[in-house]
Amino acid sequence: MPDAANIKERIEAGIPGSQAEVEDWTGGGDHFRATVTSPAFAGLSRIEQHRLVYGIFGEEIGGPIHALSLTTISE
Amino acid sequence: MNEQDNPIREAIRGAIAGNEVILFMKGTPEAPACGFSARTVGALQSLEVPFAAVDILPDPRIRQELSELSQWPTIPQLFVHGELVGGCDIVLEMLESGELADVLGVAGGDGAVEAPAVAGGGALQIENRL
Repeated sequence: MPDAANIKERIEAGIPGSQAEVEDWTGGGDHFRATVTSPAFAGLSRIEQHRLVYGIFGEEIGGPIHALSLTTISE
Repeated sequence: MNEQDNPIREAIRGAIAGNEVILFMKGTPEAPACGFSARTVGALQSLEVPFAAVDILPDPRIRQELSELSQWPTIPQLFVHGELVGGCDIVLEMLESGELADVLGVAGGDGAVEAPAVAGGGALQIENRL
């Protein structure tokens, strides 16, 4: 089962130059909330920014990760 | 499988094309089955925008086909004029910034709208029943 630290590591590894703050929203290990800041978001729409993050987790979103609530900040 | 052989995907495509504002959600606007869907419904209702809603829960193929079509993994999904606007996070962000009202072409685009609270509030209300 993924935890917040694991999700943070994978986001930061998956998006060059990004910083992620991740919390386990419910304490249940399946609803997470993340704020991701990255220069890689520059010029992308919100949808595209979120897709970039979701893309790291593929089928896990909606599976073991029931929800990953995102705020993306372009920097 | 080609498109003609995929009636669910075609039905989804038709629903998106045929409704100016359409929300794919878990449950119904009257009885949302997930906190994220509930908050997205609340955002639309706060702007008094009429919208079509599709409950994706009755058949898992709806969600599968929708996500393949939209390239978006989670539910809810809001489409306006045939375009994916986003899920709960983006819709609420856009409600607060006034962009949602702009996209929907309604008043209230001054950024003064507060995100609606889910009845009962709190993260523990959120459930995924898929």
